[in-house]
Amino acid sequence: MGFVIPEFGPAMAEIALATGICVVLLADLFISDKHRGFTLLLALITLVLTGVAVTGGAGGSILTFSGSYIADPLSQVLKLFTLLIVAVVFVYSHSYLRDRGLLKGEYYLLGLFATLGMFVMISAHSLITMYLGLELMSLALYAMVAFDRESPVAAEAAMKYFILGAIASGVALYGMSIIYGLTGSLQLNEIAAVLRGPDAGTPAVMLGTAFVLIGVAFKFGAVPFHNWVPDVYQGAATSTTLFIGTAPKLAAFAMMFRLLETGLGAEDFAWEPMLVVLAVLSLAVGNVVAIAQTNIKRMLAYSTIGHVGFILLGFSTGTVEGYQAALFYTIVYSIMAAGAFGIVILMSQRGFEAEELSDFKGLNQRSPWFAGMMLLVMVSMIGIPPFVGFFAKLNVLAALVDINRTLLAVLAVLFSVIGAFYYLRVIRLMYFDEAEDTSPLQAGFDVRVLVSMNGLAVLLLGLFANPLLAICAAAIG
Amino acid sequence: MGLLSTLIWLPVLGGLLILALGDRAGAARPDRWLALAISLATFGLSLLLYTEFNFATAQMQFVERMPWISAFNIEYYLGVDGISTPLILLSTFLTPMIIIAGWEVIKKRPAQYFAAFLILEGLMIGVFAALDAMLFYVFWEAMLIPMFLIIGIWGGERRVYATLKFFLYTFLGSVLMLVALVYLYMQSGSFSILDLHQLRIGSTEQIYIFIAFLIAFAVKVPMWPVHTWLPDAHVEAPTGGSVVLAAVLLKMGGYGFIRFSMPIAPDASASLAGFMIALSLIAVVYIGFVALVQQDMKKLIAYSSIAHMGFVTLGFFIVWAILSNPVNSDALAGVSMGITGSMVQMISHGLISGAMFLCVGVLYDRMHSRQIADYGGVINAMPKFGALFVFFAMANAGLPGTSGFVGEFLVILASYQANFWYAFLAATTLILGAAYTLWMIKRVVFGDIANDNVKALHDMNRRESLLLVILAVSVLALGLYPAPLVEMMQPSIDNFISHVIQSKL
Repeated sequence: MGFVIPEFGPAMAEIALATGICVVLLADLFISDKHRGFTLLLALITLVLTGVAVTGGAGGSILTFSGSYIADPLSQVLKLFTLLIVAVVFVYSHSYLRDRGLLKGEYYLLGLFATLGMFVMISAHSLITMYLGLELMSLALYAMVAFDRESPVAAEAAMKYFILGAIASGVALYGMSIIYGLTGSLQLNEIAAVLRGPDAGTPAVMLGTAFVLIGVAFKFGAVPFHNWVPDVYQGAATSTTLFIGTAPKLAAFAMMFRLLETGLGAEDFAWEPMLVVLAVLSLAVGNVVAIAQTNIKRMLAYSTIGHVGFILLGFSTGTVEGYQAALFYTIVYSIMAAGAFGIVILMSQRGFEAEELSDFKGLNQRSPWFAGMMLLVMVSMIGIPPFVGFFAKLNVLAALVDINRTLLAVLAVLFSVIGAFYYLRVIRLMYFDEAEDTSPLQAGFDVRVLVSMNGLAVLLLGLFANPLLAICAAAIG
Repeated sequence: MGLLSTLIWLPVLGGLLILALGDRAGAARPDRWLALAISLATFGLSLLLYTEFNFATAQMQFVERMPWISAFNIEYYLGVDGISTPLILLSTFLTPMIIIAGWEVIKKRPAQYFAAFLILEGLMIGVFAALDAMLFYVFWEAMLIPMFLIIGIWGGERRVYATLKFFLYTFLGSVLMLVALVYLYMQSGSFSILDLHQLRIGSTEQIYIFIAFLIAFAVKVPMWPVHTWLPDAHVEAPTGGSVVLAAVLLKMGGYGFIRFSMPIAPDASASLAGFMIALSLIAVVYIGFVALVQQDMKKLIAYSSIAHMGFVTLGFFIVWAILSNPVNSDALAGVSMGITGSMVQMISHGLISGAMFLCVGVLYDRMHSRQIADYGGVINAMPKFGALFVFFAMANAGLPGTSGFVGEFLVILASYQANFWYAFLAATTLILGAAYTLWMIKRVVFGDIANDNVKALHDMNRRESLLLVILAVSVLALGLYPAPLVEMMQPSIDNFISHVIQSKL
C-alpha cells in the first residue's frame, strides 16, 4: 500500500488557524507592549478567517487523513461557536490584562493554540487524533492558568490543574489502549463496528469505556472528577477563568460525542448508567456546595458543575433528542458563563479584583444597566423562562421524559431549585443591599458593549429559540 | 396585533421604557405619570374585553395563534373565556390603583418600582390569557422575577428572608408542574391546553399529574400546609406588593385548578376530592383561628386571605362530593353553584383584600407600624378613613350586600348539597371571619385615642380617598348586582362542568 496524499480540503479550518497562529507569533515579536491591541486585532482576524474556512467546508460528513479526521455538520457548529466564544473572551480579556500589566502576546497565542486543540478534538475520528487535540488544548490551558507569574495562587492552580489533568489524560489513554487492544483499530467507526459484534458488553469493554469516560468527565468537571474546577477557576486570572469556563466545554462535548456515540455506540449502553451516576452526583454537589461559597469565581465553578450534570443527563439518554439537548445546553451554557464572567471582569478595576460576592453589593445603585444584565444571566442560569437557560433545561427534561425517565427529570428540577438559591443571592446583593463603594464602573467601551450584547443574547435566544434549536437539530441529525 | 397581545405587551414594553428613562429628579417625575398613563390605557383597552365579549358561548374568544418554538410545537396561543376574562379585568383594574398608591410613598428608585409593577401586570395578563401550556408556564415563572424584586427592594426589615422564601416555595411548586407538562406533551404531541383537556390518561398517571399540579397551585393559592410563605411575604412586601399578591397572584392558583388540574385529570380530582376538601376546610377553620391571634395587621389579613382562598378550593372540589352523593335530583345545579361561588369569591377577594392592604398601607405610611397594639381610636383622628376601613372589614367578614357575601354564600349552599358537616364547618368562617376582622377593627379604629401618635394622624388625602372610594363602590356593586359577572362566567362554567364529569378512563 503506497502513501496516499490525504485530502486537505476538509481540514482547511485547522490549516487556516495554524497559519494564523504562525503569523501572530511572528508579528507579535515586533509589537511593543503599548501596541498589543494590534496582536488582539490579528488574533481576531485569524478567528474570523478560520470561521470563513469552517463555513466554506462542503456539507455532509467527510472522512479524511485515512479516516482519522472528520468534517461533519456537528463539527461545523461546534467550531463556529468555539470561534465566537473565543473571540468574545479575547475582547473581554484585553483591558483586564492591560490594567494588570499582563498584556503579552502569549496570552492570545496560547488561546489560539488551545482553540486549535479544541478544533482537533472536535474533528477527531480516531483515538490518536482525539488524544492529540486533548493534549494540545490542555497544555495551552495549563500555561494560561500560570500566565500571571507573580501570583502564587495562579501557580498553585496551574500545578493542580496540570497534575490532575495529566492523570486524567493518562487514564483516558489507558482506556483507549484497552479499546484498541480489544478491537484492533484506532478509528472510531471501525471500533464501533467490532464492538457491535459478540464482544459488546464484556467486562473488558466496560473497563475501557469507564476509563475513557473518566477522561471526558474530567474535562467537563463532572463529580467526582471535579476537584480541580473550583481551585483553578479561583486561582487563575479572571480572563483565563473565562476562557477555561466556556469554550473547552464545547470541545469536551465533542470528545464525549465522538468517543461514546460514534466509537462505543449507543446500542450497547454500558456507558449510560455511568453517565447517569456522574450526572446526578454533579447536580447534587454542584448545586449544594455552591451555596457555601463566598467567592464569585468559586461559586460559578460549582455552578458549572451543576450545569454539567444537566448536560450529562441529556447525553445519558442515548437518543438523538438527548444528544441535541446536551449540545444545546453546552452552547447555551458557554454563552451564559461568558456573560457572567464578563461582568466579573467588567467590575474588576485597576488594582481591584471583583472576586468576592460582596463586591456585587448595590450594583443596582452603581449601574442599573449592568445589574440588569447580570440579573438576566442569573435568572437564565436558574432556568426561568423566557430566558434561554430555561429552554436548555426544557430540552433535557423532554429527552428524559421521552424515554420514561420521569423520576430523573424530577430529581434534576429539584436540584435546580436548590441551585436557584445561590443565583438569587447574587441578585439579592445587587438589588437589595446598599453599595459599599458607590463609584461608577470604569470599564472600557468595548467590554461594556460586549457584556450588554451577551446579556441581551441570553434573553433574545430564549424569546427566539428556534434558530439555535434548529442548528442543534441539524448538527445531530 | 390582537387585543390580548396589546394588553400583555403594552405594560411590559411601557415598563421597559420607564426603566430606560430611569429616575428623573425634580418635581415633574415623568416616570409615575407615564406609568399611570400606561396602566390606565391598559385598563381602558381591557374594557373592550367586556364590551366585545360574547356572553352566549363557552368558546375561547379573542384568539391569537401562531407558532413559537417549533421544536416542541409550542405556540403563541392566546384566548379568553368567561373564567379568565374577569381575572384579567381584575388585574388591569388594580394596577392603576397600585401605581397611585405608590405615588408619593415610594422614595427609593421609583422608576424601577413602577416599571416592575407594569411588567408584572403584563405577565399576569399573560398567565390568564395563555392557551398554550408552555406559554402559560413562561408567564407564570417570569412573574417571579418582578415580584422577587418588589418584595426584596421595597420591602420591610426581613424582606430578604421573605422574598427568598416566596421565590423558592413558588419555584419548587412550579418545576414539578413543568415535568408534568412535559409528560403531557410527550403523550399528546401538543402543549395546547384545550388539546390536553381532551387527552385520555390512565388513572395512575392522572394521580401523578394531579399531584404535580397540586404542588404548584397549592403553593400559589396557598393551601394549608404550604401557606407559610404568604404571611411572611405579605408582611414584608410594600403596600403595592401586598395588594397585587393578595388580589391577583393568589388567584392564579385557583385559576390553575380550574384550567389545568380538574379538566386534565378529572378522575384523579374525583378520587382525591375528599383530601382536597379536607385541606380546604382546614384552611377555612384552622387558619381562621390563627388569624384571630395575630398582632400584626398585615399578617392578620394574610391569614384571612388563606382562609378565604380555602373557600375557593372548597367550591371547586365540592363538585365531586356532590356528584358522588347526590341528595336530590338537582345535583348539577349545586355543582354549578359551587364553581360559580368560587369564581365570584376569587374576584371579590381580589377587591376586598386589595382594599384591606391599601387601608393598612394608609396607616403604615403615617405611623410606620403595623402592630395592632400601636393603634386605637383611629376614627377620632381619621373619620373618613375609619368609615371606609370598617366598610371593607365588613365586606371581608362576608356582610350581605357586599361582594364578600355572594361567593361564600354560594359555596356554603353547594357544600350543603354534599354533606351537612362540610357546610357547617365552612359556615364557621362567617363567625370566625367576623371575629378576627371586627376584633382588629375594634382595637385599631374604635375606642379611645391610644397615644399621641394616633392623635396626630391626619385623615386621608385626595389620592387615598379616591382609591378607597373606587374600591368600596366596586365591592358594593358586585355584592348588590353580581349578575354581569355571573352571566359572563356561566357558559364557560357549564361547559367546564359537562367536561369534568366525564371520566377520561
